[in-house]
Amino acid sequence: MDVVTTQESKAKQEAVDFQTDPSRYKHWRLAFDGPIATLTMDVAEDGGIRPGYKLKLNSYDLGVDIELHDALQRIRFEHPEIRSVIITSAKNRIFCSGANIYMLGLSSHAWKVNFCKFTNETRNGIEDASAHSGLKFIAACNGTTAGGGYELALACDEIILVDDRSSAVSLPELPLLGVLPGTGGLTRVTDKRKVRRDHADMFCTNSDGVRGQRAKEWRLVDDAVKPQQFAEHIKQRALKFAEESDRPAGAKGVALTPLKRTIDEAGVHYEYVEVQCNREARTATITVRGPDSIAEDTFEKVIAAGSNWWPLQMARELDDAILNLRANEPDLGLWIFKTTGNPDVVLTIDEFLLNHQRNWFVREVLGMMRRTFARIDVTSRSIYAIVEPGSCFAGTLLELALAADRVYMRDTQESGDAPSMTLSKMNFGALPMVNRLSRLTARFYNDETHIDNLRSGIGKNLSAREALEAGLVTAAPDDLDWEDEIRQAIESRAAQSPDALTGLEANLRFGPGETMETRIFGRLSAWQNWIFNRPNAVGASGALKVYGTGAPVKFSWERV
Amino acid sequence: MINYTEKIPNNVDLGRDRVLQRALEHWQPAYMGWWYDMGPNESHNYEVYLRTAISVEPDGWAQFGYVKMPEYRWGIFLQPRDEKREVSFGIHKGQPAWQEVPGEYRSTLRRVIVTQGDTEPASVEQQRMLGASCPSMYDLRNIFQVNVEEGRHLWAMVYLLHRYFGRDGREEAESLLARRSGDADNPRILGAFNEPTPDWLAFYMFTFFTDRDGKFQLCALAESGFDPLARTCRFMLTEEAHHMFVGETGVGRIIQRTCEVMKEHKVEDPSEMRALGVIDLQTIQRYLNFHYSVTLDLYGSDVSSNAANYFTSGLKGRFRETKLDDDHVLTDAEYPVSEVVGGKIIKKNVPALTALNERLRDDYIDEIADGVGRWQRIIDNVGIPFRLTLPHKGFHRTIGNFAGHFISPDGEVLSQEAWKNHESEWLPNSKDYAYVQSLMSGRVVEPGKFANWIAPPSRGINNQPLNFEYVRFN
Repeated sequence: MDVVTTQESKAKQEAVDFQTDPSRYKHWRLAFDGPIATLTMDVAEDGGIRPGYKLKLNSYDLGVDIELHDALQRIRFEHPEIRSVIITSAKNRIFCSGANIYMLGLSSHAWKVNFCKFTNETRNGIEDASAHSGLKFIAACNGTTAGGGYELALACDEIILVDDRSSAVSLPELPLLGVLPGTGGLTRVTDKRKVRRDHADMFCTNSDGVRGQRAKEWRLVDDAVKPQQFAEHIKQRALKFAEESDRPAGAKGVALTPLKRTIDEAGVHYEYVEVQCNREARTATITVRGPDSIAEDTFEKVIAAGSNWWPLQMARELDDAILNLRANEPDLGLWIFKTTGNPDVVLTIDEFLLNHQRNWFVREVLGMMRRTFARIDVTSRSIYAIVEPGSCFAGTLLELALAADRVYMRDTQESGDAPSMTLSKMNFGALPMVNRLSRLTARFYNDETHIDNLRSGIGKNLSAREALEAGLVTAAPDDLDWEDEIRQAIESRAAQSPDALTGLEANLRFGPGETMETRIFGRLSAWQNWIFNRPNAVGASGALKVYGTGAPVKFSWERV
Repeated sequence: MINYTEKIPNNVDLGRDRVLQRALEHWQPAYMGWWYDMGPNESHNYEVYLRTAISVEPDGWAQFGYVKMPEYRWGIFLQPRDEKREVSFGIHKGQPAWQEVPGEYRSTLRRVIVTQGDTEPASVEQQRMLGASCPSMYDLRNIFQVNVEEGRHLWAMVYLLHRYFGRDGREEAESLLARRSGDADNPRILGAFNEPTPDWLAFYMFTFFTDRDGKFQLCALAESGFDPLARTCRFMLTEEAHHMFVGETGVGRIIQRTCEVMKEHKVEDPSEMRALGVIDLQTIQRYLNFHYSVTLDLYGSDVSSNAANYFTSGLKGRFRETKLDDDHVLTDAEYPVSEVVGGKIIKKNVPALTALNERLRDDYIDEIADGVGRWQRIIDNVGIPFRLTLPHKGFHRTIGNFAGHFISPDGEVLSQEAWKNHESEWLPNSKDYAYVQSLMSGRVVEPGKFANWIAPPSRGINNQPLNFEYVRFN
């Protein structure tokens, strides 16, 4: 028990930082050879992000995944010449043995859930790059591929398992730990790999996994290749994928320079993003600032600006702010999005982005924006957007309002200062949620007529009343009501059950239809988080709790 | 149709067991194919004076006679069942021992059996070329005895797979014949069993050190709550004793011979010993260091959740579990393991359940130390001032808490560079191997003759004289 308490209090003291760069990697090696990048996992046993466990056998924790996430970003932006990525391991006869069990055993529930969420997003990011960036991923499983290790492989386009009569792919979470293969594994086995449900049932209840030809027959891997041919086979597949890519030849990469960021008691401060923490009210106010003017009106200037180009810098800052708040400020249950800046400038940049989206760099910037906004949708915090005089909820930045659970817009009578909301083409599909719908389409449940009406108002500055009429805002209090309405809306929200709110929001945010990703974030994660809280997993004799101690597991046999 | 009781001696009622018969109909021909391919090279027509087990009775387990090895009657024997046997440790302690596989432990048990089973054919493969350089007909017969018994131990494990694990078990049994020691595409499961056994000194060292790991693993499995596994392992242990006898006396006879030559010619320097055609004690020490350290790795990580689970579940006990005086559950017990912290080796207490690999390793080390002591007495008796030593537990390790550290044989934590500077003094170097190879360029097979580098044994097999024709080459 002491260990757990220490762990949790340590977690409070030491903030998690999601920023890193290849020179600081402890666990991964990133190498480039022509159009192929190789990401080699070589986890440092003593390099855990928290004390108390050893990362044996290429098992991972949040720190390992932060590096993987960074490496993927580097490949996207800094190496446009890369067309296919091999993910493999430097360990002998071990590809990856998944999330570190002792780490999970020591972690609080909130830490586990947040860790799984980030890991899920990174796995989704691999698939996002495959779908949108012309990057294809090969899991070169050169040994035991277990649990989260197989889940990582599942995120790749192709899984090649070494056929040495020993190495198996497995999802042993259920038989060994009494939990689910919850980082997308269960869902990808069915939705992506189309493993028949009875095979999936066998596979997920047997800790030994499946190897060689049977793994191929069951569609768990694409190929099982003998050790002698393994490296050559992987290389040929990577070259084949590279041929089919539309990534540019001869383009120069854009360096992802370190974010300019200060963190203090008041919050986190970036150039375009400002986070103010109000711990007493349990809120965080996140203000995103639009650019003052358009400095980059040609593609050459955009490339020259590189990671300082507003859409990219803003998205990176916002992404870091979201991750920071999720990991380090779990008690700030209500996020309040605000914006400032000149809407016209944002709209001009939106147009530039959409007109140049075939360009590799613009495509990557759009992808970064898409993934960043998608993080908001799956964040377990209540989200309000506040539209006030001086706001800049236009186009790209309007997505912040559309991602919010409620939008309050001040219907001010003071002329000249009235806030507006402005739709751009960006709001009609360029930045889809993980259900592949635009936030507008989800918000209006595929009502084409209404959406067409909104489309015809692209570029128009909507007043509070017009925005209310259009269904874009929740309420538009006037000057007299504003202060008190907002105060009460915030206070009442911050007082309600955080668990119930998380469940409510996760149900309301996604609109109609399901995708593999929503099934992962919804069905799989929800069940997993329930199991993570049950005595059969985390009670004194729960399977996850006693794993590795040799103490017997005691289940309550009651089915719930 | 195989006449089972004639061809396959057994005490498992094979003649009436349809499940076993069906499995063996496929597996037995495959096993013969494996033996022809991977058994001792060019040996298939030899008639060898071998011991065959035809029953578990005192007069049945050691029947001596000439046999061509492909016609050896590999049998299936379990120690007779004790109807009152109980699980003696873990959470099922006190329950009747299991006669069938408990479903919840099926895959774990299968893995344990496959891992043990895989080592048996592996060592036959590792040793298959040694017949061409044997030091005597007596030794040639002994290596063949070891080989056929490793084959029988494979049968013993395959029996369990066939009898208790259905289709999975049959597939695993086939894989045991398909893997090959040292084959890059198709290796044996454990690292040490993919290393070559290049010469007879290595063979004796292997049977002394590595087969003794086999003994300790079998002892731990002989305590298993799964009764058929326990009974199988108990019978295997009677045969394993001979393998270690071959190893201990083999190294001992080499030491004896070297010491005699040293005394007779009054030489001490390794180069002088080599000039006289015997293996210098320094080289023997280096071989010892190598085989000892590689074998210590086979016990696995110092702290192991698998080992804890095996024990708690009642699948694998400790060495002489039932003789130990504690609660056999170990919930609150602790056990010390070593760790390297800040350039120092420290001992740290951990939950005893998680340290069972380390405990078994320590039991093994105790027994090894006794054997090395007996070798030392040979040296002392001749009056040579040389000490054979066991290196520190952390020396040359690649698994467990010492992995990645550079520990000297004295137990000093060194830098990689400092360690590498001494490597050729501590481990057999290419010159050592070349020299030992040079001694063994041909075989010595005249009855009663022994190679110059090894002393004759004190007596023959089954009370036969030393000049007995242990192998007929035909």
